Amino acid sequence: MAEFVPPTSEQEFHANFAQLKPRMNNTEALYESSRCLFCFDAPCIQACPTGIDIPQFIRQINTGNVTGAALTIYAANYFGNACGKVCPTEVLCEGACVYNLQEVKPIEIGRLQSFATRQVIESHKYLFEPGPPNGRKVAIIGAGPAGISCACELRALGYGVDVFEAKSQPSGLTVHGVAPYKITNEEVLAEMDYLQTQFGYRVQYNSPICSRPDLLALEEGYDAIFLGIGLGKTNALLLPGEERENCVGAVEFIEQLRREHHQILVGRKVIVLGGGNTAMDAASESARLGAEDVILAYRRSKEDMGAYDFEYDLAKSVGVKGLFNVAPVEIVGNGRVEGVKFIRTATVDGQVQAVPGSEFVEPCDMVIKATGQAKQTTFLGLIPGLQLDSKGRIVADTHTYQTTNPQYFASGDALNGGAEVVNAAAEAKVAARGIHHYLSAR
Amino acid sequence: MPDLSINFAGIKSPNPFWLASAPPTNSGYQVMKAFDAGWGGAVWKTLGVPVVNVSSRYGGVNYRDKRLIGFNNIELISDRPLVDNLREIEEVKKHFPHHAVIASLMVQSREEWHQIVRDVTSAGADGIELNFGCPHGMCERGMGSAVGQEPDVLRTIVEWVMEVAQIPVIVKLTPNISDVTEPARAAREGGADAISLINTIQSIVGVDLDLFAPYPIVDGKGTNGGYCGPAVKPIALNMVKNCAQDPYVQLPISGIGGIENWRDAVEHILLGASSVQVCTAAMHFGFGIIREMTAGLEQYMTEKGFHTIYDMVGKALPNVKHWEDLNLKYKVTANIHEDKCIGCQLCYTACEDGAHQAIALREGTRIPEIIEENCVGCNLCSLVCPVENCITMDRTDDGTEHLTWKERTLAGNIPTEFNDERAGGLHHWVPKPTAALGKEKHKTLPGKARQLELPTPEKAAMAKKE
Ligand SMILES: Cc1cc2nc3c(=O)[nH]c(=O)nc-3n(C[C@H](O)[C@H](O)[C@H](O)COP(=O)(O)OP(=O)(O)OC[C@H]3O[C@@H](n4cnc5c(N)ncnc54)[C@H](O)[C@@H]3O)c2cc1C
Ligand SMILES: Cc1cc2nc3c(=O)[nH]c(=O)nc-3n(C[C@H](O)[C@H](O)[C@H](O)COP(=O)(O)O)c2cc1C
Ligand code: SF4
Ligand code: SF4
Ligand code: SF4
Repeated sequence: MAEFVPPTSEQEFHANFAQLKPRMNNTEALYESSRCLFCFDAPCIQACPTGIDIPQFIRQINTGNVTGAALTIYAANYFGNACGKVCPTEVLCEGACVYNLQEVKPIEIGRLQSFATRQVIESHKYLFEPGPPNGRKVAIIGAGPAGISCACELRALGYGVDVFEAKSQPSGLTVHGVAPYKITNEEVLAEMDYLQTQFGYRVQYNSPICSRPDLLALEEGYDAIFLGIGLGKTNALLLPGEERENCVGAVEFIEQLRREHHQILVGRKVIVLGGGNTAMDAASESARLGAEDVILAYRRSKEDMGAYDFEYDLAKSVGVKGLFNVAPVEIVGNGRVEGVKFIRTATVDGQVQAVPGSEFVEPCDMVIKATGQAKQTTFLGLIPGLQLDSKGRIVADTHTYQTTNPQYFASGDALNGGAEVVNAAAEAKVAARGIHHYLSAR
Repeated sequence: MPDLSINFAGIKSPNPFWLASAPPTNSGYQVMKAFDAGWGGAVWKTLGVPVVNVSSRYGGVNYRDKRLIGFNNIELISDRPLVDNLREIEEVKKHFPHHAVIASLMVQSREEWHQIVRDVTSAGADGIELNFGCPHGMCERGMGSAVGQEPDVLRTIVEWVMEVAQIPVIVKLTPNISDVTEPARAAREGGADAISLINTIQSIVGVDLDLFAPYPIVDGKGTNGGYCGPAVKPIALNMVKNCAQDPYVQLPISGIGGIENWRDAVEHILLGASSVQVCTAAMHFGFGIIREMTAGLEQYMTEKGFHTIYDMVGKALPNVKHWEDLNLKYKVTANIHEDKCIGCQLCYTACEDGAHQAIALREGTRIPEIIEENCVGCNLCSLVCPVENCITMDRTDDGTEHLTWKERTLAGNIPTEFNDERAGGLHHWVPKPTAALGKEKHKTLPGKARQLELPTPEKAAMAKKE
């Protein structure tokens, strides 16, 4: 395999992680925007969780009103640039574009969206300002897509907003989780600056809210509290040998990758456990870091994988190999990882069953567990009256995202159990309006 | 192999494609290069009185991603010395004795006309074109379109020219006039051998939004120019047809205006032109486009069994009627082919807002439905539909009846007052005005979505890969 030479400099890193949706130049944007049909009640709008008026902004780009296009986008989605690059557009807006039904390449909505938003970000053209102060304050826990979107919307409505973030940077998994070939750190952070400069919410970094007293302070100091905490660490597999060196969680691996770029070390032969989009990302990323062999191991068949087809195709395109119908039983090695012992599986009546006696060891020097993120149930347990469903998701009113503790609202991964940036951005606006409704009525 | 050669009012040319009098024919160098590339003739950039040109002088109309669908200029006639032009005409004729070189002329007095006609004739030109069309700069000096707009003056000048002309004379007409057949008739009365049309249309192609000045901008100011290019073809075709059908014109026609490919040329020919002239397309794409034009024309003629250009000249004219001669009993109705429909609903909005509210949306599908009793067969939906042959206009009368307005007039059966039962539109269904209120708002609200048939992710991914 070895399609990618391990990157040793920032430059080589960027070459290996070249943007899948590179920035459009003016001509590309003009040509692409010309193709949009301006459909009535456009299916692309309906497929976008934030309901951006897509034909409108595309037409605005086409008529040279790029600033107006950015306004159309941001009015619906504060993560306009990030979403343009990281959304699974193949199954959202672009997947719904009517051109698909004509076997014609759909409009590149995501790239057009980023084309417009990046221009206002870079030219510092501000489109919004805080609303007149209404004297009320809201605390936001988590500066991810959910938290920041909620902050923007609340500021527009005139609320005082303080955001508390455990990490040292805003935007949550957009900067810690999403694959670097989808978006760069600089791009994410530039959009965050752009928003904060306009809306003027405060963010306190390195400030995890983790105890009952922390929460109490917020409950007393603020009129409402928004939970945008996302999910937790990678789920444990509970397998023997999991503690061995070089057996890592995908979320942690990717977070380190996003922070340290080429300075992180990847094994020569990597096995990624899992069949979701995070597994695809981790596999692609390992390959781009120069791993010689990357194997994606999944307990069911290829068809049963949860990942989007285009994500699997992307991983395959960089040389990742699939190993299907295998379940890991042990991480083998001597201190360090030396392989994974698998057992073959068969799916009987929808249930995965091990095939007795079919164990084998696949050698490797690194294991990445992409087996889902844990919920932050312990932390959420500190909030009085807050109800979680059986899967650990926060229960909330679907129209307002008010939780079972009326002072608390929630959105994003913590509420939906883990979706996309665009869902967090969409839900956070609903929650902000819910907070407004709740506080205005008091 | 069809024979593309023509004999246009005595001017012989290996094919009907001529370069119009304009920058591409400004010099012997260009004309030779063009002939070498395959053009059959060239109308030399207009020669005449001394002029000085401005900078800039061209303006463009871009549409979406298409550049120069319309073009305009505020250029005057040739600003090169007459002797140079005459010498170059002679040179070109030496190298290309069988190609058509036509000298375009524009001067003022009878003496000047006599002189310049003699000059170009002795230089070896195959024909002369009188430029009575330039709509800017020259008309203020009593030339160009100022002449083209005054049939009496035009006739007089043609007569002057015919006094000395030894080679065929073409009169080039301006479209800046309400009835182009009037100057065309005057040209004939004056003794001209042929007409050509159209010259450029007086225009402003756009206004600079920052400088508040029309294009093209000369030191912050601009003026009206002459419009040409693909956008003017419909106007040119109509004028060519008008001249071709006029019993008092009856002259060979050189068709000009918006010709960019073989189809445009054939359209001009089917409406009565027997040579065609091209300017903007050659300025935009260069002389090389002639390859596509001759190849396309040849292929078309072969397929249709036309042996010579003259087999097709005016072939569409018998079918161009006056409105009052059209069959009022003929009826077509829109028909959506569901297997082709992509659900863009452009037909719905077009008919709803721009026509007759004869298309309905349906629950559970994005494929709209034609409300047949409301459909007047106007064509709008089929014109806006982005999918080839998805909406067809199908005949719904049984073809047995034929009745025209003229026949009804003769039979004394035309409606005479607004509530006349025999009038149209009387029983057309129109929604109540108040039904319009609030409709627009619903279209992009989340939650108001009609069910859509999403393409499968596999299909979307497949499309993506291409
Ligand atoms: C590996 C991976 C790849 C992904 N790729 C994509 C992709 O390509 N496209 C896409 O659209 N989505 C992708 N996602 C999903 C997307 O990142 C999330 O859906 C989105 O970030 C959710 O936003 P959020 O605000 O709810 O949570 P997060 O982004 O997780 O943000 C939560 C924030 O809260 C902070 N926080 C948590 N607890 C506390 C606390 N107690 N006190 C203070 N701060 C706290 C965290 O530090 C974090 O900054 C990916 C996810 C992962 C894991
Ligand atoms: C820049 C420019 C200069 C022109 N100069 C002349 C001219 O000197 N004499 C003339 O008869 N027509 C002139 N024309 C008009 C063209 O010959 C032609 O009639 C017109 O452009 C329409 O043809 P088209 O649509 O192919 O361009 C000029 C046109 C352009 C664009
Ligand atoms: S936010 Fe995402 S889904 Fe919505 S239009 Fe933009 S790229 Fe498409
Ligand atoms: S579906 Fe496609 S063509 Fe239609 S409005 Fe959306 S982007 Fe444009
Ligand atoms: S315009 Fe054509 S493709 Fe679009 S909805 Fe109507 S019939 Fe279907």
